Amino acid sequence: MSASIEFNQLHKRYGAHPVLRDFDLKVQAGETVTLIGPSGSGKSTVLRILMTLEPFQEGCLTLDGISYHQPHGKPPFFASDVHLHKVRAKVGMVFQSFNLFPHMTVLRNLVEAPTAVLGLSRDEAEGRAVELLHMVGLSDKAKAYPGQLSGGQQQRVAIARALAMRPQVLLFDEPTSALDPELVGEVLSVIRSLAHEHDLTMLMVTHEMRFAREISDRVCFFEGGRIVEQGKPDQIFNAPEQERTKRFLSSVLNG
Amino acid sequence: MILGHELVMSSSAAFAWSILPILLIGLRTTLLAMFAGFVIAVVVGMVFALMRRSQWKIVTWPVGFVVEFLRNTPLLMQLFFLYFVLPEFGVTLPAFWTGTTVLGLQYAAYMSEVYRAGLDALPKGQWEAATALNLSKTRTYRTVVLPQMIPRVLPALGNYLISMMKDTPVLSTITVVEMLNLANRIGDRTFEYLVPLSLVGAIFFVLTCVCSALLRGLERFVPQKGIALR
Repeated sequence: MSASIEFNQLHKRYGAHPVLRDFDLKVQAGETVTLIGPSGSGKSTVLRILMTLEPFQEGCLTLDGISYHQPHGKPPFFASDVHLHKVRAKVGMVFQSFNLFPHMTVLRNLVEAPTAVLGLSRDEAEGRAVELLHMVGLSDKAKAYPGQLSGGQQQRVAIARALAMRPQVLLFDEPTSALDPELVGEVLSVIRSLAHEHDLTMLMVTHEMRFAREISDRVCFFEGGRIVEQGKPDQIFNAPEQERTKRFLSSVLNG
Repeated sequence: MILGHELVMSSSAAFAWSILPILLIGLRTTLLAMFAGFVIAVVVGMVFALMRRSQWKIVTWPVGFVVEFLRNTPLLMQLFFLYFVLPEFGVTLPAFWTGTTVLGLQYAAYMSEVYRAGLDALPKGQWEAATALNLSKTRTYRTVVLPQMIPRVLPALGNYLISMMKDTPVLSTITVVEMLNLANRIGDRTFEYLVPLSLVGAIFFVLTCVCSALLRGLERFVPQKGIALR
């Protein structure tokens, strides 16, 4: 099952510095949306707000119709812990730096949250973990520690770990930016299979333009805390309408 | 006779041999104070460190004040305060427990800073991953944060254990009968201070060496897998 997302006139500031301004974005259930744009344009912030890692000050954000802010919620998150817990249950995130728990084996990384949060039994959780590891092609690494894996393998474990929580929305924050070039492919192929085979809403921030073009239903070009242009990948990459989009694409595609 | 043991003054060696059992009685008190104090310090220090991270100022400020007070006032003053002043308010504790508590609390304040550094050293991504996996605060601390922090702070805690052991003679000032107190008493009785004090020094030296060795063993025993990485 996947979920829809709606940002409505959202404002996000760090102190006095605005990061997102009058931000609007609608994502349909099951859609794969890629966010591209120069660094500091607010792409990652969109994901971090969705994951409740960052609060926002004004406007409205809903996930499957459920608002992040509660009517009488107190800052910074304007919602109770219980409410945030409920919202987060639908969302998973894959980080640029993997953020696996280094003191746990790969298997325990995948079992920890499902047993603690979803209340699965140990056997059940391990069974699912083994399936997920098989899916990301790391069946033989269950007993290894993250430090013994390559970056690409760690990121695939991180994807499996996020999936173990059965999210409806999966967020990818530059999932291949910390990887050596030769390891990028293995991670992208896992993400590709997710986009095709799983019923997930996916939001991805990436600098892999070719990949964005290949898997996205829609591409959003960010600049200065706003979406400057969005559309089908072919339209954005072949025939961008905005001057700024053209400039950005020509610099990343030819540079 | 001190504590039922005859003092033999025929030679230095015989004298040393005859007072050793007396000092060992004091050693028991020293060890007990050290271990009880250390348990207090380790546990209360952790409580201090966690409370100082609370999101409520009503918790962080008083705890911050207590920690700074404990860290920035002399041990001896705290000791006298609790031993002599509290009874005036009707609170009377046995000297040993007064001393051990003061020792434990002062080191708890030091250790809370070690814990704080250990908690701060954990990469932010670990907290974020725990949030993204929807782990509760308690669960995050128990299974993600503390298992990574404790091996990192162990050497520093060990140093404080040894430092604390060397502070236990302070308890003799409030009549706790530990090693130094007994050595002094023997000296007062015999006018022979060199041997008892040297013996106390030697016993402390052996004790520190043993503790250091044990700690090094413990550091090796505690799982380090992956923790040194990134």
